[in-house]
Amino acid sequence: MPTLAILVTIFVDPVFRKICMTYAIECRGLTRTWPGNPPVEAVRGIDLVIEQGICFGVLGPNGAGKTTTIEICEGLQRATSGECRVLGLDWATDAERIRPQIGISLQETRLSEKLTVLETLTLFRSFYPAGAEPAEVIAKVSLQDKQHARIRTLSGGQKQRVAVAAALVGNPRLLFLDEPTTGLDPQSRRDLWKIITDFRQSGGTILLTTHYMDEAERLCDRVAIFDKGRILAIDTPQRLIDGLGARHMVMFTMDSGSASVSGIPDDFGNGLPGVIAVRREGEHRCLSVLQPHLAIPALLQEIAARGLQLTSLTTRQATLEDVFVHFAGHGLNESTEQGGR
Amino acid sequence: MMSGWKSHPLVQLFLARFREFIRTPEAVFWGYGFPLVMVTALGLAFRSEPVQPAIVMIEDGPGADAAATALSDSALFRVLRGSADDCRRQLRSGKVEVVLVTARMESESGVEFRCDETRPGSLAARDRVNDALQRAAGRLDPLSVKTEKITEPGSRYIDFLVPGLIGMGLMGGGVWGVGYAIVDMRIRQVLKRFLGTPMKKHHFVAAMMASRMVFMFPEIITILLISRFMFDVSSHGGYLPVMVIVVLGAFQFASIGLAIASRARTLEAVGGLMNLTMVPMWIGSGIFFSSERFPDAVQPLIRLLPLTPVITSLRQVMQEGAGMAAIAPNLALMALWSGVCFVVALKIFRWD
Repeated sequence: MPTLAILVTIFVDPVFRKICMTYAIECRGLTRTWPGNPPVEAVRGIDLVIEQGICFGVLGPNGAGKTTTIEICEGLQRATSGECRVLGLDWATDAERIRPQIGISLQETRLSEKLTVLETLTLFRSFYPAGAEPAEVIAKVSLQDKQHARIRTLSGGQKQRVAVAAALVGNPRLLFLDEPTTGLDPQSRRDLWKIITDFRQSGGTILLTTHYMDEAERLCDRVAIFDKGRILAIDTPQRLIDGLGARHMVMFTMDSGSASVSGIPDDFGNGLPGVIAVRREGEHRCLSVLQPHLAIPALLQEIAARGLQLTSLTTRQATLEDVFVHFAGHGLNESTEQGGR
Repeated sequence: MMSGWKSHPLVQLFLARFREFIRTPEAVFWGYGFPLVMVTALGLAFRSEPVQPAIVMIEDGPGADAAATALSDSALFRVLRGSADDCRRQLRSGKVEVVLVTARMESESGVEFRCDETRPGSLAARDRVNDALQRAAGRLDPLSVKTEKITEPGSRYIDFLVPGLIGMGLMGGGVWGVGYAIVDMRIRQVLKRFLGTPMKKHHFVAAMMASRMVFMFPEIITILLISRFMFDVSSHGGYLPVMVIVVLGAFQFASIGLAIASRARTLEAVGGLMNLTMVPMWIGSGIFFSSERFPDAVQPLIRLLPLTPVITSLRQVMQEGAGMAAIAPNLALMALWSGVCFVVALKIFRWD
């Protein structure tokens, strides 16, 4: 028995470790520049390491370089510089070995409207040397009732589920989803979230892009915040929020009464007890607050002292959106027009 | 999973194309119905018919009545009368083929014809009127003439036309069928989606070509059947060489469609490229009339157009009864076009 233990330690353990240590995705110094005048830098130096078995979210506004990055990882675009390894393999040399192990859902594929769900998945299944039964995958995305329906007759959410099923039909170890829930109704989004969570629970790795904060917070073990072709921050959603130093956001608007609002400084509220940061968006002012029970009374006092009137006051938990604003200096819905696709 | 051959990607890609095609009724109509309507309509229009009477207009004046009487006996003429102005107008608008002026007939025993020499019927009509008038005036022909009329199958216009229509069908079907489908898939990002799978690119291309060739057969066979049973057009050289030409021609035009569609990103772009490719062949390759009517200088170019060897060899086989050996050079040219376009298309093909 001791001999066996030694043998295992000597031979099996390094191999085992090597397998465990293989990252799902490993990108170093990735850039992608579109030629033009001036050249458009869609991605300007991305370092990304994604462990296996997690759901990793790429979060950012339109044009942040999310799709370009995910498509480089999918082997559909070539990086201008930098390297990208997927499941320990290099796209430049091992593309044939990577493709059977990944599943892809593009941002805007329109599958053939004339084919049925089952026919479409049987077609995709035929490309893979091994994989799931099409019927099995259809059950996974709860489309059994629709398997003989032509794609044209499906709703947007059902079409998106077919697209994800087509990504799952080769039994991938790594699933890429580019904005899987954009434009879907709330119920369809929850349906897709369940599919993603199920895949993650069965041991798969997911890389998804989104510009929905709640999606990233809810689904992702780790999140990278993208803006203008760069990564602003990478961490778990909770740690990113904690990093703000403030758990609560206090939003309020004021009415001047006799005094002039325009005379009030932008950083009104700064320095009040429990307030960490102050931001103004037009009429709305937003305080990042660690202790609301101290900050709010102080704020009310300050307003009264200036002869102003509070017209609205709301509080909420800090979200990834606040994290994004903190790092990017602008809102998430303000497209940065970086030209990335 | 379905076992065996049915789960092969080539079969699945082919089936997908096939289903898309038969589930698009308008594609089926324009692919099959339209060529049939065309053969039928053209066949009826160009049936061999008895000689049409020549339309003669006689200018009012002395002798006009006599000339009208002389011509009115014969079924070969349809005689109209009118003033000098009328005559000019009708001639100009092409409603009459020749105008006869008899003003000088009494005094100098002469007539004058007016006709447009560039119009095919005009000179023949003039000669026929001339003959009739000369005979009426007492001319005796020194030679006796006998004409044997040939309208046997193989030499009529419809026999000439059917191979041209088959060639046209092969060209339109191949170039449109493959080109349009590929650009459509590129626009829908399906090509890019396929690129993200382990699908072999040559499987995709082979399935596109194979489906096109399979769609082609019913079309061509129906054209041949209609021609055979409605117009009595048959192939004097048998149907095996015809099928060889059809298969190679279908492959050739599918390759050309593939090459045209290999980079285009919009339907407008691919439509323009297709027209640019096909219009010279519609005009030059002799679908409706022999391409030998074009000037000698352009003949070498015409012979190189991909449609020319298809139509020429079909006519050689169907009209002249030629065998495989005689059409070999044309088949070689088609094979060359197929190969070049196929290789170029694969080299420059864009998946996204």
